Amino acid sequence: MTTARDGVVDIENLSVSFATDAGTIAAVRDVSLSVAAGEVLAVVGESGSGKTVTARSILGLLPETAVTRGAVVLRSKDGTAQHDVVTLSRRQLGDVRGRDAAMVFQEPSTALNPVYPVGWQIAEGLRAHGQYSRKEARAKAIDVLRRVGIPDPEERVDHYPHQFSGGQKQRIVIAQALVLDPGVIIADEPTTALDVTVQAEILDLLRRCRDEFGAAIVLITHNMGVVADLADRVAVMYQGRIVEQADVRTLFSAPRDEYTRQLLGSVPRLGEGRARARERASIRRPDWAASAPVVEARDLRIVYPGRLRKPDFVAVDGVSFAIRPGEVLGLVGESGSGKTTIGRAIAGLTRVTDGSLSVLGTEMRGVKEKAFRPVRSRIGFVFQDPASSFNPLLTIAEAVAEPLVVNGRADDPRAARGRVDELLEAVQLPKAFGDRFPHELSGGQRQRASLARALALDPELLIADEPTSALDVSVQARVLELFAELQRELGFACLFISHDLAVVDLLADRIAVLYRGRLVEEGTGAEVLGAPQHAYTQRLLASLPVPDPDEQARRRALWQQLRDEA
Amino acid sequence: MATVAPAAEETPRTAPARRGWRRLPVVHQLRQSVGLQRGMLVAGLVLTAVFLLTALLAPVLAPYGYDQLRDADGAFGAQQPPSAEHWLGTTVGGYDVLSRVIYGSRTALMVIVVAIVLSLFAGVLLGLVSGYFGGWLDRVLVVVCDAVYAFPSLLLAIVMAIVISGGQSSMWGGILAAAISITVVFIPQYFRVIRAETVRIKGEAYVESARVVGAGHWRIMTRHVLRNATRTLPLILTLNASEAILTLAGLGFLGFGIEPTAAAEWGFDLNKSLSDVTSGIWWTSIFPGSAIVLVVLGLTLVGESLNDLADPRLRSRRSADTGDVGETSVVPGGSLGAGPAGLAGIEGTGGNAL
Repeated sequence: MTTARDGVVDIENLSVSFATDAGTIAAVRDVSLSVAAGEVLAVVGESGSGKTVTARSILGLLPETAVTRGAVVLRSKDGTAQHDVVTLSRRQLGDVRGRDAAMVFQEPSTALNPVYPVGWQIAEGLRAHGQYSRKEARAKAIDVLRRVGIPDPEERVDHYPHQFSGGQKQRIVIAQALVLDPGVIIADEPTTALDVTVQAEILDLLRRCRDEFGAAIVLITHNMGVVADLADRVAVMYQGRIVEQADVRTLFSAPRDEYTRQLLGSVPRLGEGRARARERASIRRPDWAASAPVVEARDLRIVYPGRLRKPDFVAVDGVSFAIRPGEVLGLVGESGSGKTTIGRAIAGLTRVTDGSLSVLGTEMRGVKEKAFRPVRSRIGFVFQDPASSFNPLLTIAEAVAEPLVVNGRADDPRAARGRVDELLEAVQLPKAFGDRFPHELSGGQRQRASLARALALDPELLIADEPTSALDVSVQARVLELFAELQRELGFACLFISHDLAVVDLLADRIAVLYRGRLVEEGTGAEVLGAPQHAYTQRLLASLPVPDPDEQARRRALWQQLRDEA
Repeated sequence: MATVAPAAEETPRTAPARRGWRRLPVVHQLRQSVGLQRGMLVAGLVLTAVFLLTALLAPVLAPYGYDQLRDADGAFGAQQPPSAEHWLGTTVGGYDVLSRVIYGSRTALMVIVVAIVLSLFAGVLLGLVSGYFGGWLDRVLVVVCDAVYAFPSLLLAIVMAIVISGGQSSMWGGILAAAISITVVFIPQYFRVIRAETVRIKGEAYVESARVVGAGHWRIMTRHVLRNATRTLPLILTLNASEAILTLAGLGFLGFGIEPTAAAEWGFDLNKSLSDVTSGIWWTSIFPGSAIVLVVLGLTLVGESLNDLADPRLRSRRSADTGDVGETSVVPGGSLGAGPAGLAGIEGTGGNAL
């Protein structure tokens, strides 16, 4: 443990509260933390735990409605100057920001200004903190771009943000933070918006920030795998307080606090689902394999027409798969791989361009809305974002009753209330929640209500499009548990779309891996995850950080080996 | 039945008690506002309320009729200065200024109501259909609305006034002419706002969810899209109401208004008082003029404050320093397996999630 006095950052008894329409809200209560030079401190916790507010207070980056008490002492890298950020004026804050502490944001595509070249944006920090000629600034920008791993920096320094990929943009954001050689970098969920394979690269880069640039890193994240991969020390936050602070190995091997244990217990791990899949396979009737599939795709091709002189975008290219009754097919892939498009095509939300897609006996290619409408009542759909999948003006009961009313099983929401209560009970929500409005429910509760709505008509097929990706781990664990339980009881077939291999592994009988619109691998969980054949699957698997520091160090070595081979 | 159900079931649907009257558009904002913004809103609401009361109670408040030239004591006389009999004097035509100002609010209110009702229904319906279905219909409607936008509104109103009433100036003829010409100018505004909201809402997951469930277009449009698209309407309504008054006064001022025997109209009175101004007769122009200014000011203040309050970035709040720090903590993500506070503590009060 470092002593409290020699850190780059010392936070003492920090409390932050916000003025909102609903009155004053305490976001951070009496938090004390310290970050030593060259150390990676991970602050973990679920949304609303105060981790972002704590980290942002180091830079004085809080909205005007915030009231801060306590002290945040920031020392410069050479140890010559120290400031209490809480008491600094706006102008002094400007001096400290960038020089002593810098920030890496979550969403690289919005953290860069689209109308300036990246080199200019990197040099902006230099100009704010000293006299640099145009030439010097440019040379420094090129240098830092090279060091964060942008190829051909001399040329690319003049490129605009849209000419870079998501991972490269995050590298540029990191370069922006590094250019003034700050003592500490605040990284707010730096990999959450990125694909797993890119995430591994960025984590590697952040590790080099510490090793080569000697910067301390405050890493804010909810992903325990990322913590295990990068952190030296971990602070767990819950409801605005720090409940546990420990060295990373100690935390993962012997968590002291009940909440930490809970948090670690709810992280899905690879391999957990295999036993379940085997068990399900064993109780199936022998003629099951011969039964007609619920969904069958053959050489499915979906193309989004290009706009004005841009070529068409082929989202799904020659994909074939089948889902049999009662089977859960997990569809995995990174963003842009076409997994959501396939789900939407099955639900009749996107048109099929070529090939064949048969859903519950209806051919989807060129299908008319009228012909498909009766089939709709046999399909349920769970959307990704629980915040926007409910009409904000309808109560939960009205929303869950909607499928029943639309399909004529009930005259109005009141008449359907009996069935709605049953459904809410099935997803473990109290009946009284039916009278609440969507914004009065938490994300996890809303996603369970969404499941109730999808199951209202007792569908034969359920499409779940990343149903848990917007949820905290602990909430995700419960929703997945519920999902597995309902699937066992009701026996619906399911297409489960996710970018998270561990989540898919937990639920799916078979896993299909999509890569750039093509199906690269398909098989049972044991086959795909145990002995991946395709190079992409291998890379995907190796990039997935596991919540165990020692195991993750081994996997990292394997990943580096794979990367060097490629 | 399922497809036409929404219209029938929305009317009896009473909001739950905890939403109640406090959630009503203007009342909600009034409770939410503080400081200067509250002052602006209150001033606007007071001015608007005075205007509405005057219009409704005109026959009780006004000492004479709007077209009354004489009483039992004989003719009023033209251009009489303010006196005990005629508090605000008389006009060049020999009418009582106070009575005409009071009755003028009636005409203004009627024009506002007719213009807004007409443009609201037409604009909202067109915007909804155009935004929801898109395609060529959408493109044509947008172009037409842009063309109407580009046309000077007062000129258009004049043309419409001539076309509609053919220079006739009975009370309803005049009111309808003004209202319909204003309607034409306003439809594009409602159209645009509703269309933009509809296009946005169409992409929301809950609309897709309704499609997946198999709901028809009409049901999706009324139940899911329209009710969520009307958020900004109160704001445009107030701003349009003030514009309606200005257009009506402009028409009257230019001589396309309503004859003094048909109804009282501020713009017409201003027109007639033009020559008075130079000869030192101030009362014939000041009072109708201030009536226009105050009503427009009141409506605009309400509109602008609603606009500011609707935007969380412009809305001022009570400082966080006053009062004790609340015991609620921010848990937008919400429920949690079982933390230090235990499961019940969170699940039971999921409502405090922001």
